[in-house]
Amino acid sequence: MSSPLISRLASLPLVLFCVVSITFFLIRLSPGGPFDAERKIPAAIEKKLLAKYQLDGPILTQYTGYLGDLIHGDLRLSTKYRNRSVNEILAQTLPVTFTLGAVALLLAVAGGLWLGAFAAARPGTHTEALALTLTLVSISLPSFVLGPLLILLFSIKLSWLPVGGWGTPQQLVLPAITLAIPFAAVIARLLHDSLRETLSEDFIRTARAKGLMESKVIYRHALRVAILPVVSYLGPLAANLLTGSIVVETLFHIPGAGGFFVNSILNRDGFLLGGVVIVYCVLLMIFNLLVDLSYRLLDRRIQG
Amino acid sequence: MIGVLPRKARIPAMALFMMATLVIAGPFFFPASYHLPSNITFAAPSTVHLCGTDLDGRDLLLRILEGGRISLLVGISGAAISLLIGTTYGLIAGSAQSHVDNAMMRLVDILYSVPRLIFILIFINAFNERLQTVANNHGWDWLVGSSRLVILILCLGFIEWLTMARIVRGQTLALRERSYVAAAQVLGENYWPILWRHLLPNLMGIVLVYLTLAIPSVIIDEAFLSFLGLGVQAPQSSWGSLLSEGAAAINPLHSDWWLLLFPSVVLLTTLLALYSLGDALRRSIQAK
Repeated sequence: MSSPLISRLASLPLVLFCVVSITFFLIRLSPGGPFDAERKIPAAIEKKLLAKYQLDGPILTQYTGYLGDLIHGDLRLSTKYRNRSVNEILAQTLPVTFTLGAVALLLAVAGGLWLGAFAAARPGTHTEALALTLTLVSISLPSFVLGPLLILLFSIKLSWLPVGGWGTPQQLVLPAITLAIPFAAVIARLLHDSLRETLSEDFIRTARAKGLMESKVIYRHALRVAILPVVSYLGPLAANLLTGSIVVETLFHIPGAGGFFVNSILNRDGFLLGGVVIVYCVLLMIFNLLVDLSYRLLDRRIQG
Repeated sequence: MIGVLPRKARIPAMALFMMATLVIAGPFFFPASYHLPSNITFAAPSTVHLCGTDLDGRDLLLRILEGGRISLLVGISGAAISLLIGTTYGLIAGSAQSHVDNAMMRLVDILYSVPRLIFILIFINAFNERLQTVANNHGWDWLVGSSRLVILILCLGFIEWLTMARIVRGQTLALRERSYVAAAQVLGENYWPILWRHLLPNLMGIVLVYLTLAIPSVIIDEAFLSFLGLGVQAPQSSWGSLLSEGAAAINPLHSDWWLLLFPSVVLLTTLLALYSLGDALRRSIQAK
């Protein structure tokens, strides 16, 4: 392992600490408590509730208490879904979000790489221009535009696929496509541009001069170098996928963590909100570390 | 004026100009009754209501145009803020010593991989009511009604500056090595005046190109928040909130498709024009 990687690994706890602290204070300093309902609860009961959820006492004591619980892996209780712990809710919902995200990620990467290479292999043709226009249109179709349109067309007008829900493979098709298409377009554009650039380099001329077939030149030689910008885009992509999945889950009534996230903001359910944010950040950090590792494996030039 | 643009940028630029004119001037040409709820709810598109009416019987075309004012306002001002932050950050990082530069760019990397919109949601929630109290106490009436909008613009500007910072930093590093900077230094000028007088004007071109690309990102972010019901709030509406009404209006029993289709088409056209414009400008600047 190289030293920059170790320093990155060392910075993870620090970043996580910042994320936790910012989240905690932003939530706790928001006006309105978790038990402010239309019907006012008696002061004595509210006091007991606050004590039960450890929301009483000075804010710094609350903060250190929360940090202590987090270190032990306890994300505390939800204040809205009474008597259910945040760990429990996340254990039920995260696998759903995961499945959706993983399928969408695969679709985006596979589709994007294929389209990008396809377009770059046909420079100056109408096919290339058409493919690039298609990617521009797809980037301009965020999930909250594309999703409802796909539902209208495929679920309601044609009745080919279910409107929403979770559990069968058919129910996964539309959400995954909705989530994947804009990112596939970004990947296609990245790969196209970097492939065009790579294909004008000297080692490609050598490969061509050896008499290799053009497809072999592209897939065996150029792609290995040209794929690097795509790999470094995977980190931001994962963050955007998680954010995008919030809309897609709401839209298709999928019981994932995204829906709970939106509700926890509306319900002022601080620990659930904090739990979702913290877990999302941890997952993204791990993913980024893996991306970093694979980047180093792929690019021999930055090893050292 | 359009002649100075590269050929591929002309059509998107004209489309954007038309869209902006329609959105700004259009609403003045509607009869006053079109603004108000009526009992002609969910009317399909007709010659009276070109895009149909919504669930309160308001004219949808008028609402799209008025929503466009908010969406474009948020997009442009949010992008302007991101430009300000990104350019400053990039200039400082590009001019600083290498370990400061490294640390600053590492922070950008980290921010890239954090779900920033999620933090924005918490942030808006935490500060909206506070800002309203401040506005009430100082008697700033204009701010009371649109405090959420102001926070939204600030926050979105605050999360979309990363790309700008990277580009500006890269350009600064490259420009620093140019001979005219060395010449100015030999003539005894300090670094910061050089930066201000020589580097900044040279950065303007690329900064403007990335401003064109930041506007659609901010518009998408705003629409995302409003779609979830956590951005622009009634009585104001934006393309995002219209889309969420449109998505709610389609169901297997009766699909009021116009509520979904027209806002989608308008948003798609605007984003496409902005992205094509930015893309064409970027390519022409890189080719030089």
